[in-house]
Amino acid sequence: MDLTELTIRRAHEGLKSKKFTSVELTKAYLEKIKKSDLNAFLSVTEDLALQQAEEADKKIASGEFGMLCGIPCAIKDAILVEGQKCTAASKILENYVASYDATVIKKLKESGAVILGKTNMDEFAMGGSGENSAFGATKNPHDKTKVAGGSSSGSAASVAADEACYSLGSDTGGSIRLPASFCGVVGLKPTYGAVSRYGLIAFGSSLDQIGPITKNIEDAKIVFDAISGKDKMDATSADYVYEKLNIELKDLKIGVPKEYFVKGIDRDVEKIIRSSIKKAEDAGAEIIDISLPSTEYALACYYIIAPCEASANLARYDGIKYGLSENGKDLLDVYLNSRGKGFGPEVKRRIILGTYALSSGYYDAYYKKALEVRELVKQDFVKAFKKVDLIFCPVSPTPAFKLGEKTDNPLAMYLVDVYTVAVNIAGVPGLSLPAGKTKEGLPVGLQIIGNHFEENKILSIGMFMEKA
Amino acid sequence: MISKEEVEHIAKLARLELTEKEVEKMRKDLTAILGYFDLLKRAPKVKIEEPAFAKASAWRRDEVVSSYDIADELIGAAPDKKDNYIKVKAIF
Repeated sequence: MDLTELTIRRAHEGLKSKKFTSVELTKAYLEKIKKSDLNAFLSVTEDLALQQAEEADKKIASGEFGMLCGIPCAIKDAILVEGQKCTAASKILENYVASYDATVIKKLKESGAVILGKTNMDEFAMGGSGENSAFGATKNPHDKTKVAGGSSSGSAASVAADEACYSLGSDTGGSIRLPASFCGVVGLKPTYGAVSRYGLIAFGSSLDQIGPITKNIEDAKIVFDAISGKDKMDATSADYVYEKLNIELKDLKIGVPKEYFVKGIDRDVEKIIRSSIKKAEDAGAEIIDISLPSTEYALACYYIIAPCEASANLARYDGIKYGLSENGKDLLDVYLNSRGKGFGPEVKRRIILGTYALSSGYYDAYYKKALEVRELVKQDFVKAFKKVDLIFCPVSPTPAFKLGEKTDNPLAMYLVDVYTVAVNIAGVPGLSLPAGKTKEGLPVGLQIIGNHFEENKILSIGMFMEKA
Repeated sequence: MISKEEVEHIAKLARLELTEKEVEKMRKDLTAILGYFDLLKRAPKVKIEEPAFAKASAWRRDEVVSSYDIADELIGAAPDKKDNYIKVKAIF
């Protein structure tokens, strides 16, 4: 039995029946990570992992332990783990050591989790391919010449390649769902406010959300249940408790938005998603054609709001408080040099874009306009969820593309997010579920979108679709 | 096309040092991206009463929260310091 192939539940059962210990399980993963050439990890926290595994084994011996106790996981390098490096895949934070635990990490530690390491990502979570990492791109485990998807590239690749049992990612415009789709694993972007953002390195604060990447739906439920809920350290976190729900497809109305099946969609992707929809219909779901008319504006809206928020959030990297500091003749020089040296090309592009859109004379045309369009996108979903329970659509118009294919053309790279950003703009939850593979053998994800705080509906139906 | 001066002005506002090459690439990229944003002009007008994020904020009690337990670590993370202070360059 290869221990690293187990799901959370099966690993839990193995620990319970004493087939193996958490230390053995942890060592099996560490061994695999060491042999890997995917570049999914930026740092491996071996000492922490083994210490946590020993503690977990003690708990297990006592008989009182939960689902996540002793189970090894990987954490996106944008989430703080006390005493460990947290780089956000940026040169500016290359040597930064986290002073405290993010709330999600605190919760995982209380559950007895084992943290294997910090995963690769696009710098400051800005990117759709994983190639914007200052420390090299993550390779797709299904084809090493292809991107893993971004920005949570290492979190998705590590789970797909059995280098972690599950992982945490973050999703601002598709950063959990895209790599999950490209790597053939399950990824959940929760409702805005369902999971605390405290200790997540901020990118677009009105859009960011932490979520699980797992091998199957049941594992996503277990991890989501563990990390969600109100946190006094995040004023935008909601009083929310995950409640199990068991609904069936025959009780369900599923909306299929016509705007998500237009020119530019890959043939194999469309075929796979259409066949998933057919399976749901055959199982008794009512399929309803719907329209999300503001879809064509969502991407532009996102690429104004996110860089605007990023330009403000990233002002804190000044060479004074923490991170890279470059010398200069006066204070302004220290700012200019540290930021000029520390940030990579995409981060600079977004800071400039955001600063431009917020600057005097352009605010109304860009930022204010984007806020108006945000309202339109939200209304689209409000109207849709009056008619249907869930929405089925693709995560991305194409499967994983070649490394280097889009790196010179930022606009082409932005278009990768065309089917994922609306979910963040509206703050609703979205899931990527493996739905099939293209002729080339690349995974394709079905996106299931639900109404605010209806993760349980998404996950319950996801379970059916997983078996279908 | 966005001018060189415009990019340099924005870069200064953003406290970002850009090389000549970076300025040129930024002109090209920014022009393409802003051109794409033009499609928003076709979007129907709506009235928004409050910023999208205002609903989420809430008043909280103005209580003193002790952060002394990690104060040393936070100051320790600063690149340049003296005793318990973070050192900065002269402003003028």
